Amino acid sequence: MNLNDLTGHLSAWRRSPGPLGDIVISSRVRLARNLAGMPFLSRCTEGQVREIAELLHRELLEAPLGSETMYVDVAAATALDREVLVERHLISRQQAEASGARGVAVVSDETVAIMVNEEDHLRAQVLRGGLQLDACYADIQRLDEMLERHLPFAFSSRFGYLTACPTNVGTALRVSVMVHLPALKATGQIEKTLRAARDMHLAVRGLYGEGTEAIGDLFQVSNQTTLGRSEEQIVEEFRDVIVPGIIDYERRARQNLLDNRRMALEDRVHRAAALLGSARLISSEEAMYLISHLRLGLHLGLADGLSHETLNELELAAQPGHLQKTAGREMAPAERGEVRAKLIRQRLGDG
Amino acid sequence: MKYKCEKCSKEATVHLTEIIDGQKIERHLCESCATAEGITTKAHVPIAQILEEMLLQSAAGSELSSLKCGVCGITFLEFRERGVLGCPNDYEAFEKVLVPLLERAHEGASCHVGKIPANAEEGQRRHNELLRLRGQLKDAVAGEDYERAAELRDRIKELEGS
Repeated sequence: MNLNDLTGHLSAWRRSPGPLGDIVISSRVRLARNLAGMPFLSRCTEGQVREIAELLHRELLEAPLGSETMYVDVAAATALDREVLVERHLISRQQAEASGARGVAVVSDETVAIMVNEEDHLRAQVLRGGLQLDACYADIQRLDEMLERHLPFAFSSRFGYLTACPTNVGTALRVSVMVHLPALKATGQIEKTLRAARDMHLAVRGLYGEGTEAIGDLFQVSNQTTLGRSEEQIVEEFRDVIVPGIIDYERRARQNLLDNRRMALEDRVHRAAALLGSARLISSEEAMYLISHLRLGLHLGLADGLSHETLNELELAAQPGHLQKTAGREMAPAERGEVRAKLIRQRLGDG
Repeated sequence: MKYKCEKCSKEATVHLTEIIDGQKIERHLCESCATAEGITTKAHVPIAQILEEMLLQSAAGSELSSLKCGVCGITFLEFRERGVLGCPNDYEAFEKVLVPLLERAHEGASCHVGKIPANAEEGQRRHNELLRLRGQLKDAVAGEDYERAAELRDRIKELEGS
């Protein structure tokens, strides 16, 4: 398996909506770990950074992570390949843009990705479709235990797992969900919701994590508190209190739209379909915005002939990195707009 | 390209794109104006800001600024500038400053109660279990669940005695 194989295909978890997949696009759990006896990355010499990358590269390929694991040397990868990895949520934008020896181990079904030398020596994530926090957590626990057998991690009894940034210390566990909240946006309640989330010590970010904007009405919600609670408590609170709260708000907003503004809603969905089906030039932002309407339409039974899989595929294929990787060459934004519009028309069956 | 915040003309760090009726509208805001509008993109509690406040408030500000880790050599001032620590030992070297910082970033907590490595010593494991039980006991008492509190107390005693 290599990166080229990955680009043209949709991982299994993106093909069918997981539990509560009409609102929760995906669940993610990640752990940060640092090697004991090594400085954190900001104080490492270039040689030490390389040493860590080589050691972890070896260990990760030897560990039985899943059916097939590939390791991408992010430092040696082209800018386009790095972009593809970001768009697939396999590495962070921060790691894509960093310098020095670094990489990522990806299990072939893309549910597991382990970044080497991002902010910490090791950042492991498990990603699944829909609301599946327990399954993600069980997987990451197994993964951690496996790695722990071979690698000594920096740990203190007082502060827990030690991380470069004190905001991650303790469990070093970040639990997050990617949620689609078009009705809260349309009814003007999104800011209120986000403010409430912040009051509950949650971070709300855009599609590609830290510092990115929320396009396509997609928001990533995650815990900020990693210390003073056990891993299970963090997962439970997120699963039993936070996510149900968000789902409930969005469902009510959707019902409200159906009850009071049904025609306007149908109009939006069908206009979005018409635009996507006939545009000759389209930016990825506009495509995401329109796909968001289709997604809402699909889940409210207002759109015919669409599937969850088609929308997920379109959303990914329309991203700049994927578009250029598929075309096999770099393109200027104007040309991308044309190629993207054509691709979307074809996938939506209009030719 | 650098943008200025549309509200206060500081440097914008939050960029939003909205498309309304096919019109692309771009908005650029600084962190504080974005926060005021309820838009957050920041992952971390603003560490630099907390540290700044602490330095200003602390009568021992000059003492803090001379702190330095004996292992990796990072100074407290360098940590303040970057927001990331230099090595695991910094947690001890800067403990005095870090504890209040951790409390602010983690809803009042400054002690780990979660998982510990399988190869960690038994004592550490017990220490953690005790911390966790004491936390639960506090919650049980606050929730007036005295039956559970009694159970927890027994388990704590048992662990302390072992």
